[in-house]
Amino acid sequence: MEYILIIIAAVFVSNIVLNQFLGICPFIGVSSKVSTAFGMTGAVTFVMVIATLVTYIIFQYVLVPFQLEYMRTITFILVIASLVQLVEIILKKISPPLYQALGIFLPLITTNCAVLGVAVLAVQKDFNMLESVVFAAGNALGFGLALITFSGIREYLELKSVPKRMKGVPIAFIVAGLMALAFMGFAGMV
Amino acid sequence: MSNLSRMASGTRFGIRCRVQPSSVKALEGKRCREILQIKWCLQTNTMNQWKNFSKGLLKENAVFALFLGLCPTLGVTTSAINGLGMGLATTFVLVMSNLVVSLVKNFIPDKVRIPSFIVIIATFVTIVEMVMKAYVPVLFDALGLFIPLIVVNCIVLGRAEAFASKNGVWSSIVDGAGMGLGFGLALTVLGSVREILGSGSIFGFKFIAGDGMLVFVLAPGAFIALGYLIVLANMLKEKTS
Repeated sequence: MEYILIIIAAVFVSNIVLNQFLGICPFIGVSSKVSTAFGMTGAVTFVMVIATLVTYIIFQYVLVPFQLEYMRTITFILVIASLVQLVEIILKKISPPLYQALGIFLPLITTNCAVLGVAVLAVQKDFNMLESVVFAAGNALGFGLALITFSGIREYLELKSVPKRMKGVPIAFIVAGLMALAFMGFAGMV
Repeated sequence: MSNLSRMASGTRFGIRCRVQPSSVKALEGKRCREILQIKWCLQTNTMNQWKNFSKGLLKENAVFALFLGLCPTLGVTTSAINGLGMGLATTFVLVMSNLVVSLVKNFIPDKVRIPSFIVIIATFVTIVEMVMKAYVPVLFDALGLFIPLIVVNCIVLGRAEAFASKNGVWSSIVDGAGMGLGFGLALTVLGSVREILGSGSIFGFKFIAGDGMLVFVLAPGAFIALGYLIVLANMLKEKTS
């Protein structure tokens, strides 16, 4: 029950993109097509869950015992950067089709603040290991939900007549604002 | 080569500077020519540096033109003062990381370039984090998660990779300062708009009694206000160019 609550809170109530403003760059950048949105969601889910698990282990079993908590930012970003590289190499070897699908999105993830943000949040919220992983998975789901629905709307927007100066990014932001307004309806659910 | 002519050829300032031979041909005496060359070179250098600095403010503004660093832009701008604080913190990290990257660029192998830049940036972010926690705890609490996230702000890594790894020290510092202040300007403007509409105050001074439109302080207002501000910035750019 506790885990279900964590997932619902992460997906709907405090959605990582529309409520916490993390991962806005890919949200605006790679959301012009539904197919690329699916690819990005897959890559982010993959990296976010593994990264949160690894950073959790390193924080609890290396940084805390040696009282090196102030090294958190440097350690986490290094872990994430090397993890992304590692995932890329392993995927290339084990599953070429998956690598083909996720390939171009993987390098982009190093500077995706959602991954680092979730890793830091999981540590800040004093979750245990399983809770951290569930929290990461829930946030990845929330990211996917926001990104895929948003890209659907943007594909539809292409066909509509938008005022000249609003075309492209400005109208995308206003659509995102309306989506955030809709997601505020979930507030108070958990 | 004498000291003076080395200065004139511009290597010292990190910007390649062409010396116009035609303008000095008429003059007699080597010394006199050198002084004239330096004068010309310094003049174009200051002009170049001003261009280098000012491009970050509007023309290549991180937020309004390049759409980089959007997470802190939306996340911390619930008030003007938070936007300004975040802008200054990012400017510090940008200037320092640009400085160090341009200093060590020749020692870093090309393959491990990006991880090395990230470590340099993360070091300065940690410094900012500790200093802010000690001296401005209220702002530190307000900015919260977004201070460690300066590491993954695309604009910092972007400038290190696109500018500082190819240019000299001085122009990298100027570029970092311009880009950082442009980012801070965008955040302060967005923060002011949201604060005025959302709570009827600016920089904490209340000038409209009662509550404002609360939605502008909440998440949806951030997206909508930024959308309209980008339209305004585009109109301003069309007018100036």
